[in-house]
Amino acid sequence: MIPPIFFANARVVDPSRGLDARGALLVEDGRIVAAGPEAANQGVPEGAEIVDCLGATVLPGLVDMRVFVGEPGGEHRETLETASRAAAAGGVTTIVTMPDTNPVIDDPALVDFVLRRARDTAIVRVHPMAAMTRGLAGDELAEFGLLKEAGAIAFTEGRRSLKSARVMRNALTYARDFDALIVHHAEDADLACGGVMNEGETATRLGLPGIPREAETVVLDRDLRLARLTGGRYHAAQISCAAAVSALRRAKLKGNGVTAAAAIAHLSLNENDIGAYRTFFKMSPPLRSEEERCAVVEALADGTIDVVCSAHDPQDVEGKRQPFAEAADGAIGLETMLSVGLRLFHSGAVPLIRLVEAMSTAPARLLGLEAGTLATGAPADLVLVDLNRPWIVREEDLHSRSKNTAFEGARLTGKVLRTLVGGRTVYREH
Amino acid sequence: MASLFPHRHLLGIEGLSPQDIAYLLDSAEVAVDVSRQVEKKKATLRGRTQINLFFEASTRTQSSFELAGKRLGADVMNMSVAASSVKKGETLIDTAMTLNAMRPDILVVRHHAAGAVALLAQKVECAVINAGDGSHEHPTQALLDALTIRRHKGRLGGLVVAICGDIAHSRVARSNILLLTAMGAQVRVAAPSTLLPAGVERLGVSVFTSMRRALAEADVVMMLRLQRERMSAAYVPSVREYFRIWGLDAEKLSVAKPDAIVMHPGPMNRGVEIDPLIADGVQSVIREQVEMGVAVRMAVLEALGAHLPKVVGLVA
Repeated sequence: MIPPIFFANARVVDPSRGLDARGALLVEDGRIVAAGPEAANQGVPEGAEIVDCLGATVLPGLVDMRVFVGEPGGEHRETLETASRAAAAGGVTTIVTMPDTNPVIDDPALVDFVLRRARDTAIVRVHPMAAMTRGLAGDELAEFGLLKEAGAIAFTEGRRSLKSARVMRNALTYARDFDALIVHHAEDADLACGGVMNEGETATRLGLPGIPREAETVVLDRDLRLARLTGGRYHAAQISCAAAVSALRRAKLKGNGVTAAAAIAHLSLNENDIGAYRTFFKMSPPLRSEEERCAVVEALADGTIDVVCSAHDPQDVEGKRQPFAEAADGAIGLETMLSVGLRLFHSGAVPLIRLVEAMSTAPARLLGLEAGTLATGAPADLVLVDLNRPWIVREEDLHSRSKNTAFEGARLTGKVLRTLVGGRTVYREH
Repeated sequence: MASLFPHRHLLGIEGLSPQDIAYLLDSAEVAVDVSRQVEKKKATLRGRTQINLFFEASTRTQSSFELAGKRLGADVMNMSVAASSVKKGETLIDTAMTLNAMRPDILVVRHHAAGAVALLAQKVECAVINAGDGSHEHPTQALLDALTIRRHKGRLGGLVVAICGDIAHSRVARSNILLLTAMGAQVRVAAPSTLLPAGVERLGVSVFTSMRRALAEADVVMMLRLQRERMSAAYVPSVREYFRIWGLDAEKLSVAKPDAIVMHPGPMNRGVEIDPLIADGVQSVIREQVEMGVAVRMAVLEALGAHLPKVVGLVA
């Protein structure tokens, strides 16, 4: 039995109740008893661990909607266990895994496998997304009904983008019968073909083939229209440019039930960070120009972009120690998402409560999870953060099995001190 | 006897009045009795030529029409065009003109394209019966279904009929919706959203995406065949998921009225849209539908035959 934990002298931020105030938080039997200015009123139960937060901030644990894990089939890159340790260190208490594994998660038995492995090895909550089409081949629908029954939380093509508008229409239509969420990486593979970074001056100077923003907007526009036609629930997995933001804004005004996420990299980095062909900055969609990044940040602040995800994508040395054009896409991000995101808070671009909402409350609501809240009775998934503590990202300190971070050596302000999942401490800063 | 059926062709249920439908069903009742006698043969169509022109293979519909024609005394010829002239590049109209030159009295036509039978009817001088055109209509199937229902329930008006499965691609569903709504039944359709055609709710039916809700208190449960092609075309994921969610089993049927009848136009996919135990169970009237098929087709042939020229000897 874990003794009750009482967090005193804290700043409590709970977007689910619009709360950002000094106060306390009490955890008992794995659930939140009270959180906020009045939390200390009923006193502290006997035998409780009392944590003096010294003004540090308590947030609901983060819910990360886009996490690539190497299990099954690529355990040398990342296992559910190592990913969960990285998550805990980053204040992420729920990870949603992608189906692009080997084998692809397109069968109820495989969903069951991931859930069992997570139960036995992971220290944070794990919810797998299943493939939208069989084998991620883009032709035949996966078994949404049976997969959802097995525990699949949503359906996606993962890194891939669905080519056929007809299949997308059918997927959105079929998903409606199960109230299932379709999560899609919008990128026209033909238009992006051969490109390795954002199209424009920087690509031209580096002599690298570019990917136009239209590769994203062409597919996003199509998807938004199909979402409207079918009434299916559509979530754009990663938005990276201003034109995509405008398309979303228009769709939302029309009352489409569509939502979108931006990856932390696209909110914090731009194409210039690639510098001398640094492959850890190669990702899909590519890092865009500074103007595009600013538009995405603005969309996060005003709520056009609902969710922030890490797009955690562990790649081994083999995949990344390559000429830029030949290197694998993707960067890890579970451990740094919150601290990097706090840059937007410190710079005044995004209010803290909105940032936390996008990293926790909004994805939880979208996925129908009992998370993203510090309300009384909710599972005690929470994170204690010192918003002002500076630290330097060092490869050797990272818990992820792969070290392809775009933030090696970065100076960040704001550090996770402690992470709880269901009242159990899964990470503590030393 | 002067015909009480005012149409020269039977191209669809659309265009038939409730009186026309009732007339065909009433005369089909008589044909049922004829078919149950030892001497099954009548002379109504003696000397007449009936050609069954099937551009799409169908054993049961074709043999049902063949038997119906023969019981009425007609000379029946079967032509499976899928295997012959179309392959050689002959157009539908050419085929029609060729057949017309052979002076048939009645043409029974099945074609894979919606509207093809109506087009053909404009080009020939004989009576034409639609034996199924694409996803459009299959009027004799709807009539035989109605006859089966009426014999069990004593009426059509006021009954709750749930039609379940691939509504989007089904001519059986369309003809049944038209007929049953015209006769005052309450029609429900149930299917995964991918297999519901756009605007189906405008056809006067209530639309369901749950079997349990669609079958609640139903008098009649009509299952449709699911083609395997629907999987490769991304309409539904798999047979096992389809059967779990949409397949008629004892549990789903339990919410219908205790005396509900179960129907299927055939050929059945046991274990896909219907549990074998239900298909062969006490509520199933599937084999009876086949018997009613012959009777209804006799009634239709007789009704159209009444309009054929009666002068003995040379006809124009």
